[in-house]
Amino acid sequence: MSTKTISVVRDLLATNKQAAAAIRQELRSRGILCVNLLSSPGSGKTTLLESLSGRFKDRYRMAVIEGDIETERDAERIRAKGIPAWQITTGGACHLEAKMVGKVLGEVPAAIDFLFIENVGNLVCPASYDLGEEIRCVLLSSPEGDDKPAKYPQAFLSADCLILTKSDLFPHLPFDPAKAAAEALAIKPGLRVFTVSALRGEGMDALAAYFVEALARLRSAGA
Amino acid sequence: MHELSLVASVFDILEEKAREHGAARVVRVVLKVGVMAGVVPDLLESAFDIYKKGTLAEGARLEVVVVPVRTRCPDCDGEAVREDADFSCAACGSRRIEIVEGRELIVERIELET
Ligand SMILES: Nc1nc2c(ncn2[C@@H]2O[C@H](COP(=O)(O)OP(=O)(O)OP(=O)(O)O)[C@@H](O)[C@H]2O)c(=O)[nH]1
Ligand SMILES: [Mg+2]
Ligand SMILES: [Zn+2]
Ligand SMILES: [Zn+2]
Repeated sequence: MSTKTISVVRDLLATNKQAAAAIRQELRSRGILCVNLLSSPGSGKTTLLESLSGRFKDRYRMAVIEGDIETERDAERIRAKGIPAWQITTGGACHLEAKMVGKVLGEVPAAIDFLFIENVGNLVCPASYDLGEEIRCVLLSSPEGDDKPAKYPQAFLSADCLILTKSDLFPHLPFDPAKAAAEALAIKPGLRVFTVSALRGEGMDALAAYFVEALARLRSAGA
Repeated sequence: MHELSLVASVFDILEEKAREHGAARVVRVVLKVGVMAGVVPDLLESAFDIYKKGTLAEGARLEVVVVPVRTRCPDCDGEAVREDADFSCAACGSRRIEIVEGRELIVERIELET
């Protein structure tokens, strides 16, 4: 009996990265802009999507993939707005993986403009898993506190866009949006920052315009 | 926390390599884990110890090599090891920093018994 050491050098996330690359390629070829929403539980992801569906109505077609540990609730909220939605229940897993998204992709209608993926509420794990999105948004709600970027750097580092949510509560909370944005920008320069109240609709036009511009860029690059 | 599912991917690789080399047992596994990989080394070790029972790596030792965050500045070519969430260049102040290392999650090498 003898032992030998062999060099392996294999990335544990390689399978996910390959699945994500395939999704990205497919969605680009279909001209669909995919957005992955990341945040702690309750930061307002579903409410944001409900509000966006109102802005896009009759102008852009959107579809939503909802990731939750349990229940169809979020998908039902989106469907109630007349938007096609698929619920992925992870049964305990703390994040969505590209292969889970890949499984429902075939059912997503070809003739849409935006595919939003609401990740499992968790500011840690989803950051490590590429889902094939073009834009990754991190939501930070005012009740969570403005010190979160430095505490959860991976999420902010991997994001393209930061959405400070529940701005209607700013007057009632010790939350400084400028501090939150500055902290996030120190981690990820170039991060686009939006401040919204999905409940009141404030700031939603600018955010919707950002997605529409990104869609136009995606399509002109693919054309 | 998804350490257990990552350990499952480690075992897929162990089985594949053992088969490829005609080995009956895996005795050592070396993982490289970046401090920003989003996993906790202690939890990886616990998950590995739970998972290995009854497998070809039953008696294997897991070694986790923690890789610090190393950045490179495209403006001055300066490299630095980071201990905090401040990603500006210590040499020239540039904020266009690239992360060179510190996010990896890699099975680096294994020791097989043949
Ligand atoms: N005041 C205020 N409350 C909001 C706003 N947006 C969402 N909420 C409330 O915050 C709570 C959570 O909102 P959701 O949209 O369900 O949050 P989520 O991020 O989808 O939550 P999970 O899917 O469970 O992670 C609900 O009670 C919302 O009504 C807002 O702009 N202002
Ligand atoms: Mg939700
Ligand atoms: Zn996890
Ligand atoms: Zn520099």
